[in-house]
Amino acid sequence: MKLDLLYFAWVRERIGEPGEQVETNATTVAELIEDLRSRAPRYEAAFSDPKAIRVALDQELSTPDALLTGVREVAFFPPMTGG
Amino acid sequence: MAVRVQAGDFDISAELAALRAGRADIGAIVTFTGLVRDTAKGAPIEHMTLEHYPGMTEKALSAIEAEANARWDLQVSLIIHRYGALKPADQIVLVVTASPHRGDAFAAAEFLMDYLKSRAPFWKKEGRGNQGHWVDARDADESALARWTKD
Repeated sequence: MKLDLLYFAWVRERIGEPGEQVETNATTVAELIEDLRSRAPRYEAAFSDPKAIRVALDQELSTPDALLTGVREVAFFPPMTGG
Repeated sequence: MAVRVQAGDFDISAELAALRAGRADIGAIVTFTGLVRDTAKGAPIEHMTLEHYPGMTEKALSAIEAEANARWDLQVSLIIHRYGALKPADQIVLVVTASPHRGDAFAAAEFLMDYLKSRAPFWKKEGRGNQGHWVDARDADESALARWTKD
């Protein structure tokens, strides 16, 4: 399955790009993170502490156990600090 | 109901005048303005950059605003949130709520701020000179959210 990934804040800085399209067999967010971590050290650096990562599926906040079925856009970022 | 996400500054007086124009049914207006401070944890701050997630930001703010309008009797609500390069004393965010009586306007404004601080996709990077670091989310912000949770 093809997914559009987006990265923000220090996740973006550690991975070194704002986003990319990836091909993956992952079925959940947690599996996608494991898949990315195995690809290169920069992903390992970004995802080494899963508790520090938030995820949005098609622009809705979600959770690591969420299924990727039908999802097009996955965004990874740190806890939000607006306001 | 209105949500604006913009790089440019906003004029509080002009916003209030616009939302009051032509009506006499409003009894209370609460405004909250968030500003960039010049220190963080005792260290001087010279600049702040706000990153956001275009598309999701507007959706998240609109959802939070809709929730506030469902919970309280609001005649007007407005959220303006800036992004991009800011400096100390700059305005970051404006929340305005209007209702027939003050109770709903106060509560809704606080609710909107509590939610957008940790549920709207913004990230602050602050620093001095050529150094900068991402601001950590505060536990206090999460506890502020918890009190609005319905049983």
